[in-house]
Amino acid sequence: MSLRARQYSGWSVAIFVVIVVSLVPVVWILMLSLKTSASATDGSFIPHHWTLSNYSDIFKQGIFTSALRNSIGIALISTALAVVIASAAAYAIARLDFPGKSIILAVSLGVAMFPQISLVGPLYNLWRQIGLYDTWPGLIIPYMTFALPLSIYTLQAFFREIPWELEQAAQVDGATPFQAFRKVIVPLATPGLVTTFIIVFIICWNDFVFAISLTSTTAAQTVPAAISSFPGVSQFTVPYGDIAAAAVVVTVPVLLLVMFFQRRIVSGLTAGAVKG
Amino acid sequence: MSTGAVAAPGAAAPRHKGLTERAKSERRLAGMLVGPAAVVMIAVTAYPIIDAIILSLQRSDLRFPSQTKFIGLANYGHVLSAPVWWQDVLHTVIITVITVSIQFVLGMCLALVMHRVLFARGLVRGIALIPYGIVAVVSAYAWQLAFSLNSGWIPKLFSITSDPLSHTFGLYVAIIIAEIWKNTPFMALLLLAGLALVPDELHEAARVDGATTWQRFVRITLPLMKPAIVVALLFRTLDAFRIFDTIYIFGQGAQNTESLSMLNYSTLLNRLNLGLGSAVSVLLFLLVALIAFVFMKGFGAGGLSTGDER
Repeated sequence: MSLRARQYSGWSVAIFVVIVVSLVPVVWILMLSLKTSASATDGSFIPHHWTLSNYSDIFKQGIFTSALRNSIGIALISTALAVVIASAAAYAIARLDFPGKSIILAVSLGVAMFPQISLVGPLYNLWRQIGLYDTWPGLIIPYMTFALPLSIYTLQAFFREIPWELEQAAQVDGATPFQAFRKVIVPLATPGLVTTFIIVFIICWNDFVFAISLTSTTAAQTVPAAISSFPGVSQFTVPYGDIAAAAVVVTVPVLLLVMFFQRRIVSGLTAGAVKG
Repeated sequence: MSTGAVAAPGAAAPRHKGLTERAKSERRLAGMLVGPAAVVMIAVTAYPIIDAIILSLQRSDLRFPSQTKFIGLANYGHVLSAPVWWQDVLHTVIITVITVSIQFVLGMCLALVMHRVLFARGLVRGIALIPYGIVAVVSAYAWQLAFSLNSGWIPKLFSITSDPLSHTFGLYVAIIIAEIWKNTPFMALLLLAGLALVPDELHEAARVDGATTWQRFVRITLPLMKPAIVVALLFRTLDAFRIFDTIYIFGQGAQNTESLSMLNYSTLLNRLNLGLGSAVSVLLFLLVALIAFVFMKGFGAGGLSTGDER
């Protein structure tokens, strides 16, 4: 009884610490976003004067609304493309026998470890020559590429858990390998696909390196890049409230995804890690 | 992995006269399925890195495009003889070593909590993952605005009257804390994968033999988790070595906090010197490859790329 009670209180302390440490910066940025501009610099954690004016401010600015549109569009398209391309490759790796399987895994691993900043110079140069600089495809192409390794590893780990017999049964019933893939495996693989989609979406949504280097205007600038270039009232004032409000807006979707799909994210990332 | 290993013989089971035809069509299908991913990954990374190598051998400055010409390894000589390169190597190594070691310790604690927690598991795991999911720029701003004397609660809480972000030491502390907060959950997730592989029976047996909790952790958990630990350290080290977002938000490398990625960015996009910047890119690429190589050879992460072959 006393052991159980001790265990219980021990876990309570551990859980409390984890929750406080994880949440303090998030709550802080939320509090800062609710401060009036006059009290933004008072350094108190909880606002003395509450306001929503920072939010109405940023939504009045073209720079933020267009950045939000760009972020959503670019992240969704990149994620969709990466998951489609990766699921084909992951299916082949998990199910088929072919030479070069280790080569494709080695290439994925190499891309995963690649210092992305090393690509910025050549891509900046090339995109300006062929007109992709400051466009959606100009960001979608690198996002999709760098999402592929993780997608392939996670998906092939999921695909291996799917019972082979069903696919064989479909083939015995006269389905071609492609039909077996489309009609049998895809429905069974949906949980894995959803998980991969969420993880990849978070990665694309979060990118800063490419966003700051390959865009310059509201045509393609995403929220992380836009926040870092928010104009202050003058050159020397920091627009604290606007930055904080924009930060909260861009954090909310991720927060919801993480809280709702916590189990999927844990299983997706750990499955890929154990097998990769 | 286990299902793959068990199912493998079944895959090759239907062997009859059409075998070679079937094997051939299987290979054709595999090629079609893998092709797009392979082409995209190679085209989008190999072409630019080759381009970077070519550019790094030229004098190529976007402000003076007419002066572009082949100058051999002069850019590399320039970079490697510049004090700023070596200073930035030092900054990057300092940040990488400190953040990754603290992340490893805290990540292990977090993984143990996530693994063993008796109640509210979903809630704890969900909240613990928030820093991982949050946009890196937002996390950097949250900490920058918290540390700044102008706006932050941290100076007020500790009654600090000089701006922590106005000197090198304070900036490093803030940057390192921001990095640790953001990335510890990912470290914990990778370690959690390893923890799940440690069988409970071993712990029970050791407990019966009188081993303490610490002894069981050091003698059973850690050795069995070694592959997961190596993978976690490798991924986090490479990621920390490429640090960019946090440095950018904390003043773009002001006060001797410039990292190699930040140097690369400013050479390319602020100074528009493609030749010199590309030389930095190639050197950074080689350093990252070297780190990966050392990890794989030295710590036995060699199974990483072949771990999937059953």
